[in-house]
Amino acid sequence: MAEPGKIDPMHQFAIEPLFGTEQLAVGGYNIAFTNSALWMVITVVVLWVFMLGGMKRDLVPGRWQAAVESMTGFIAKLTDDNIGKGGRKYVPYIFSLFMFILFANLLGLLPIGIFGLHPFTFTSHFTVTGVLAILSFSIVLIVGFWKHGLHFFSLFVPQGTPLWLIWLIPIIEFVSFMVRPFSLGLRLFVAMIAGHILLKVLAGFVINASAAGVVPGLGVGIPSFALMVGISALEILVAGIQAYVFALLTSLYIHDAEHLH
Amino acid sequence: MPQIAQLAATYSSQIFWVLLTFGFVFFVIGLGMVPKIQSTVDARDKKIADDLEAARANSAKADTLEADWRTKENEARAAAQARVAAAKAEAARNREAALAKADAAIGDKVATAEGQIEAGRVKALSEIEAVAADAAADIVRKVAGAQVSSDAALKAVKAVI
Repeated sequence: MAEPGKIDPMHQFAIEPLFGTEQLAVGGYNIAFTNSALWMVITVVVLWVFMLGGMKRDLVPGRWQAAVESMTGFIAKLTDDNIGKGGRKYVPYIFSLFMFILFANLLGLLPIGIFGLHPFTFTSHFTVTGVLAILSFSIVLIVGFWKHGLHFFSLFVPQGTPLWLIWLIPIIEFVSFMVRPFSLGLRLFVAMIAGHILLKVLAGFVINASAAGVVPGLGVGIPSFALMVGISALEILVAGIQAYVFALLTSLYIHDAEHLH
Repeated sequence: MPQIAQLAATYSSQIFWVLLTFGFVFFVIGLGMVPKIQSTVDARDKKIADDLEAARANSAKADTLEADWRTKENEARAAAQARVAAAKAEAARNREAALAKADAAIGDKVATAEGQIEAGRVKALSEIEAVAADAAADIVRKVAGAQVSSDAALKAVKAVI
């Protein structure tokens, strides 16, 4: 824990069990309902409410319905472009992934600290992003072996590989293939944690500088605050981009599984 | 970094809850709601495409109808013009015939009149000759006291006239 008067930028990532569930366990595994789980549930509820607006199914959509349809259309286009033939059957998964991450990222940026509440960005935990990455990677493996059987291993020998490199290329391809779930999970985790730490550090500057007096308060506090405003805008962008990147890379990997190279 | 410091204590809870919540998102929202929303969009796209197609077909139909109407109109116009031309020709022919008939009648009348005039003139001339012969015979008798036959007087008059 941070010393009194010091602001610990990492404290925002601390997981705390809520409602006295810290001993909740199934089969010896702790499944405490934590602040992280609470924000997952909030994300699901907000996403579900958002999606309900798209269920009016009017021929002429209202604003809300049009917004929901634009999201499903966006993901449908993403799968069409990146998976191509047979891509539409992955829309439910890619859409769930994209919207779950997007809403989690955005809700984690909510400035509800001014009401004394603490938003928690569960996508800044690699335990969570790792699970999502492994899910995507498992789908790639299952689809690949289901569709192509052992022929799926030809993924490691790209077309046009010169014969004298046949011993090296598959090793490189295999490594790059196995790195995918890690890069997928770590990219999101790192992007989210970095932005949140930066915001918290700058917020600490503002608070500590204003506590130190008028001159450092104005000299350091105002530039830091201006930077926070800019970085907050950037973080909103990053929240969308990271969700998009996760969905895009998943669909690209599924393309490999569907069509090999 | 709590992500690592709390890893042993929290990994199972994190994995459990993310699988639960993401599973809900996938099964309820992804599989339950997204296809319905997508089908609404597809139905709308299809309806728009169908309506456009119907509009295009109707437009083509209207075009053919207009073309048909135009041909019919042109045919009717041509027929009417032909009829007018025929009537005009007929009228011209009739007029010509009437004119010719009238011309002939007038010619006849003129010829008859001329004949009558000629006859009249000849008759008048002969009468004049007779009168002149009589007068000449009278004059000869009165002046010369000689008796002149009417034939000789006529001959003499004819020679003078």
